[in-house]
Amino acid sequence: MNRPAAPEFEFSGNLAARNRSGRIWHLVFQISTIIGILVLAALLVNILDSTFGYVAYEAGIDPESLAVDGISLEDQSRDQLAALLQERLSFGAYNKLNDEKPFSERSKADVYSLVIQRIVKYDVLESWALWESLTRRGEILAEVEALRAEHPVVDLVFVSWLTPDFMARPQSSEAVNTGVRTAILGSLWTILITILVAFPLGVGAAIYLEEYARDNWLNRLIQTNINNLAGVPSIIYGILGLALFVRAMSKLTSGELFGLADPTTATGRTLLSAGLTLALLVLPVIIINAQEAIRAVPQSLRKAGYGLGATQWQTIRDHVLPNALPGILTGTILAVSRAIGETAPLVVVGASTAISFDPASPFSRFTTLPIQIYQWTARPQAEWRHLAAAAILVLLVLLLSLNASAILLRNRFARKY
Amino acid sequence: MNLTNLQVPPVPEPAAADEQTVIETRDLSIFYGNFLAVTDVNLKIPRNRITAIIGPSGCGKSTLLRAFNRMNELVPDTHIQGQVLFDGRDLYAPQVDPVEVRYRIGMVFQKANPFPKSIYENIAWGARIHGYRGKMDELVEFSLRQAALWDEVKDKLKQSGLSLSGGQQQRLCIARAIAVRPEVILMDEPASALDPIATLKIEELMQELKQNYTIIIVTHNMQQAARVSDYTAMMMLTGETRSGTVIEFDQTNRIFTRPQDRRTEDYVTGRFG
Repeated sequence: MNRPAAPEFEFSGNLAARNRSGRIWHLVFQISTIIGILVLAALLVNILDSTFGYVAYEAGIDPESLAVDGISLEDQSRDQLAALLQERLSFGAYNKLNDEKPFSERSKADVYSLVIQRIVKYDVLESWALWESLTRRGEILAEVEALRAEHPVVDLVFVSWLTPDFMARPQSSEAVNTGVRTAILGSLWTILITILVAFPLGVGAAIYLEEYARDNWLNRLIQTNINNLAGVPSIIYGILGLALFVRAMSKLTSGELFGLADPTTATGRTLLSAGLTLALLVLPVIIINAQEAIRAVPQSLRKAGYGLGATQWQTIRDHVLPNALPGILTGTILAVSRAIGETAPLVVVGASTAISFDPASPFSRFTTLPIQIYQWTARPQAEWRHLAAAAILVLLVLLLSLNASAILLRNRFARKY
Repeated sequence: MNLTNLQVPPVPEPAAADEQTVIETRDLSIFYGNFLAVTDVNLKIPRNRITAIIGPSGCGKSTLLRAFNRMNELVPDTHIQGQVLFDGRDLYAPQVDPVEVRYRIGMVFQKANPFPKSIYENIAWGARIHGYRGKMDELVEFSLRQAALWDEVKDKLKQSGLSLSGGQQQRLCIARAIAVRPEVILMDEPASALDPIATLKIEELMQELKQNYTIIIVTHNMQQAARVSDYTAMMMLTGETRSGTVIEFDQTNRIFTRPQDRRTEDYVTGRFG
């Protein structure tokens, strides 16, 4: 039998070219990473630039004119300051403050800040970003001098817009007095409700679809729809939330059903509606991620379980879920991070723009950090943009710390044998 | 003349009369969807013996083995015709729960698959889910001793089952199967991924275990079948549908020395395909 002739083994020596193309791709990937890092750095620099800088304040009443017997305002005793409030404020306003907390029980610093807020009433005339403040100091001083012509009492101060006070104060309509306390609490409440609803629902649905559902047209239809829902714009979820939770289920979401709200004034524009809306928004993402994680559990583990005479649920509970949990948690962390930053659906659901009291229950009206930031950036005065930058920093820190604790939790579960 | 007509599977030789049958198949055929994978198998597996199933790749050995404890039902669209009797009861009768079947007829897989948990937990889990009320420590020790693994792991029971070597992992899987006290242990090429020394240990272990258990082993390795088994079932693809069936079933020494079927002789002597 004739053997086929061996082909001529001739190769062009292309090793150098292959190595070169490898190096080029290596470089391309490195550049992508560097671009990503640069963009992130630019974002941070931009935010920090707005968070610090010079501010020209004008006092409504010159604090020096409030000195008594040569004692400056700062050095006066608490009772002196309280007396000043009583003298300058209307009877009703003073009594209201006294009712909230009697002056005899307030600290001196507390009363002093009330005097500043209610009587001295600083107002921001002009503000500068960090970079300007550092590089154009002379010009800024000249501008302040020019301002003095019209506003005799002007103070130029270098400030950080992000202060402990800023985080502890409720929202206010005056830039110097406002804070993000209401918004932080609103965000935390919302996200708590979102997690409580979306995590069990999402993981449950994923378990059903991966482990129990048969491969038929109905389940394929459900699967396709879940995949598509993950791509629906968030504003659509807002509209859904408005129709479903705020309007149709208002008796539940306002707390009326539980006798917690006055039926004549109750609305569904509450934390519960917001949390449920965001839960709907992240549900498809959680389901898809959890499905991926469950699918990644090796089939051999399930077989081992069944081979020992375990029921399907025993196998899922003791082997599939524990092994899928790190992946499920990773997906949930990503989804919830997205929810924390959502603005559009909450605007539609009816986040309050001006609200100064802490949310007390899921049935409270609310605002959240992204809503607050959005409101502030939309205002024309420069100082609100500085405040928005400070609020963005708060939001970032909140997000990072929530993520960090979730990742720590995940790693505890992920500690495998 | 159509040659395939001549290849109608002969009725396998019955097992020796003094053996007690634990699993019996009657005209068993196994389908994956419309595909007939295994056809017309009639076997009587004797109690407290090791029965080997040998044959070329793809002839349905593992499929047949999985039919003995209904593991094949985990593959969608699988169904059987005929009967599998376990102690005279039909395993596929409607009132029989497959979970119960797998508990009485345990399984060891080709690739060792310990749970990613501690060695102790690997053994204890099976007993616990079945509501074991006795002393767990004793059961773990007993099972590991039976699997000839106790001396190697007694000081590291809290370590991961995955930290063991391949052979130890496979013996851990055997110990795990023993811990729920099955009557029959199915082994699907348990030593195919192991080196000769680990393989030998598994084979010695099987000899120990057959005092108390019936073992059915699928193997590619004819020397292994000859070394460990008391009975051997020879499988081959036959017929127009190219479905696997048992062409000969007999005591192992007869299969390897005086096979009745020409194809068996070709296969065991290495002349086949």
